[in-house]
Amino acid sequence: MSEEQIRSLERQFEERIARDEKIEPKDWMPEKYRKTHIRQMSQHAHSEIVGMLPEGNWITRAPSLRRKVALLAKVQDEAGHGLYLYSACETLGVSREELYDQLHTGKAKYSSIFNYPTVTWADMGAIGWLVDGAAIINQVPLCNTSYGPYARAMIRVCKEESFHQRQGYEIMIKLANGTPEQKEMAQDALNRWWWPSLMMLGPTDAESIHTEQSMKWKLKRKSNDDLRQQFIDQTVPQADLIGLTIPDPDLKWNEERQSYDFGEINWDEFWQVVKGHGPCNKERMKARVNAWEEGEWVRDAAMAYAEKKQERKQKQVG
Amino acid sequence: MSDKKNWPLWEVFVRSKNGLEHRHCGSLHAADEDMALENARDVYTRRSEGVSIWVVESKHITASNPENNGEMFEPAHDKVYRHPTFYDLPDEVKHM
Repeated sequence: MSEEQIRSLERQFEERIARDEKIEPKDWMPEKYRKTHIRQMSQHAHSEIVGMLPEGNWITRAPSLRRKVALLAKVQDEAGHGLYLYSACETLGVSREELYDQLHTGKAKYSSIFNYPTVTWADMGAIGWLVDGAAIINQVPLCNTSYGPYARAMIRVCKEESFHQRQGYEIMIKLANGTPEQKEMAQDALNRWWWPSLMMLGPTDAESIHTEQSMKWKLKRKSNDDLRQQFIDQTVPQADLIGLTIPDPDLKWNEERQSYDFGEINWDEFWQVVKGHGPCNKERMKARVNAWEEGEWVRDAAMAYAEKKQERKQKQVG
Repeated sequence: MSDKKNWPLWEVFVRSKNGLEHRHCGSLHAADEDMALENARDVYTRRSEGVSIWVVESKHITASNPENNGEMFEPAHDKVYRHPTFYDLPDEVKHM
């Protein structure tokens, strides 16, 4: 194809997206569109998979059966969400094995929030309430993104995600209304998860390298700073309602903007964690790689068994 | 990466209730058809989304190529006489 032809195809492609048409796997697409989508969708899938680890930590120690079944179901959903997203990603011609390999070798990133430790039961509440809350704000606009398989996966994910946030907030309500020690535990979890949750919505607009192209392709509908403001405005009253205090001395209602002003985010911490120096980066990757490697014999045995069954069937036919 | 054989890819179709068709809902990896069905149940019907599941190995699906959509689908575009609105009826005939 000549450069001229490619440019013309690209123009038609951008026009289709501008008209709100969806792009499907076998359609022509610019190489950059394909690459960007593989990157974002796999990063998203990896986050779901690694995101199971901090919560898996508390399944056996959940304080009641009710809490345990809910947490188990939430973690199972995260496995499911990872799988929807990996399969959507594979429609772009990348194999599951390549994707896993990128995660396990550190070539691909996942959400930095999962590199923080879950030290008390209240962290299960804070994660559901804040981390899933921030994730929902990020994800809802993606139900309308231009790549069909991604949009469809996100619709399923968003439908299932709202229970995650509610179960987390319910844990916080219970603790906040409990003994002084329990309330303190809830406050401590909020103190530790608040800032990382704000960072989850991405670097400030000035620092965000992908925003403009992503907006065009509807991989992004609102800027990181707008999403962050939305998250803060919706979460502060929820904290007030249960008597917990947001750990930000500069947080103040701005009557004129009808929004909260908030303090400076420690972006050095954010970049440190992204670069692999968070409290649990190594531990998370080690757990993930172990799970994959120790499962190898199971995968091989299942494949060998499937082949043996197939051979037997063919012999009977023959 | 190992050179061992990986679990193949399967496409999953779910009937949400009797009376409705099976609909494609995604794909997954499994060693064989029995495992594909079980995985499909766990991945795609955790909230009673289905009463019946079909799985088919992805390599068995033949798909049309969107680049040939012209030859493929255009013949239908100029056959307006296949639609009821092509026919003129007097206003007195209310429903037909």
